[in-house]
Amino acid sequence: MSSPITLSAQQLTRFHGKRRVVSDVSLELRRGEVLGLLGHNGAGKSTTLQMLAGALTPDSGLVEVCDFDLAQHPELGKACLGFLPEQPPLYRDMRVDDFLIFAARLHRVAPAKLADHLALAKQRCGLTDCGNKLISTLSKGYQQRAGIAQAIIHQPAVVILDEPTVGLDPTQIRDIRNLIRELGNSSSVILSTHILNEVENICDRAIILQEGKVIFSGGIDELRHHSDVESSFIRLTAMSGNEGQKQ
Amino acid sequence: MIRTLALKEFRSLFAAPSTWWMLALLQFILAWFFLARIDDYLQVQAQLAQMGNAPGATIAIASPLSGVLALMLMMLIPLFTMRLIAEERRNQTWILLTTAPISATAIVLGKFAGLLAMLTLIVAACTLMSATLALGTHLDGGLILSNLLGVWLLAASYAALGLYFSALTRQPIVAAFGALAVSFGLWMLDMGSDRVRALSPNAHFQNLSVGLVSSADISYFALFIAVFLALTIRLIRHERGGR
Repeated sequence: MSSPITLSAQQLTRFHGKRRVVSDVSLELRRGEVLGLLGHNGAGKSTTLQMLAGALTPDSGLVEVCDFDLAQHPELGKACLGFLPEQPPLYRDMRVDDFLIFAARLHRVAPAKLADHLALAKQRCGLTDCGNKLISTLSKGYQQRAGIAQAIIHQPAVVILDEPTVGLDPTQIRDIRNLIRELGNSSSVILSTHILNEVENICDRAIILQEGKVIFSGGIDELRHHSDVESSFIRLTAMSGNEGQKQ
Repeated sequence: MIRTLALKEFRSLFAAPSTWWMLALLQFILAWFFLARIDDYLQVQAQLAQMGNAPGATIAIASPLSGVLALMLMMLIPLFTMRLIAEERRNQTWILLTTAPISATAIVLGKFAGLLAMLTLIVAACTLMSATLALGTHLDGGLILSNLLGVWLLAASYAALGLYFSALTRQPIVAAFGALAVSFGLWMLDMGSDRVRALSPNAHFQNLSVGLVSSADISYFALFIAVFLALTIRLIRHERGGR
């Protein structure tokens, strides 16, 4: 693949207290690629994504976004990033439009372009009719959409989504998956999930984490190679051995 | 960027019904005290008229009024500052700011400026109340202005202190009580010996309240505000690296 690398992480390690939650995770993401981060609950997916987004500083390792080292030039790097954490960061007392404009301003969208960015983000996330609603009155699914809209409003080169389809109904899940695929055309997307067919449907590559370590990294086809993705996942996580100890 | 954050804070302060309740209650108490002081003043006015250098309406009414405002603000400001960072952490919206391309300095200054804008409105409303005395008597404009400056600086100091406590914890109530306890402690220092008194914001406010504008008092407030803002910025900058 010849498209440029937009996000690269080298040997990320992070401790919570004495416990090593993420150890030596390295990954690369190219423009136009959708990468799925798979793993059991507590495998270190969210911690990894938070380090990639600059919300957590890794205890060791390096994150580069659009060639900017996040530790050296956090502001330049973060300007190329859009991040949806597990819990969408929404100000419940704000209206959808006001909130999205605030998010756009935080990410240095030029005032002249605000209206265009707002309209496009709302249209992509199916929020066109909700601009005047208070966020606290939105349903869970729409709050999730507002969270995604917040992450893409500045049209970043890298979009990081932590479990974007959790708590949505089937139609909304389909819409969000379409959106992620659409985003994958113009930018790079990395998303975490524990739903296997989500990865199979929308991702080009997958990384499987187990107890903070990468136990598989490769194309979806490789996962499919032996049998289907689900049994590959189960086989891989069982093989890495520590499962008995965990349960 | 600081302006964006300040505007957002200012708006969301006024979006909360509790803010309006607090402001209404504050105005009510101030108006009550103001009228009571006028009443007292009118009762002793006949005796004052016979004195050689009698205190005027400004020092008898406007100065105590700003003293009451200063005390009320000491108790109210922690309730506003607790929202600024601690509540954002609890509601998990803080991550929006930490992953945005803005510096810790901009976050802290923006939040501080947003709250200060609202506090300025409160101080201005109180000053307007004092200014209505001009309808009936001759006012000492200088004294009114030095009172305005004093309350404003005091409010800004409490806001900076509260902001620091807000950054220390993710429990808004803990942030509010912490800030209140320290403000109260500093206020109590005012009753100590001269050297201890110098540490109390209230003591410096009292100089301004009687019309004594000295660079020592102004520098004290500037230093107080700068120290707590710097501590807050430092805390936020280092928290992501720390445990």
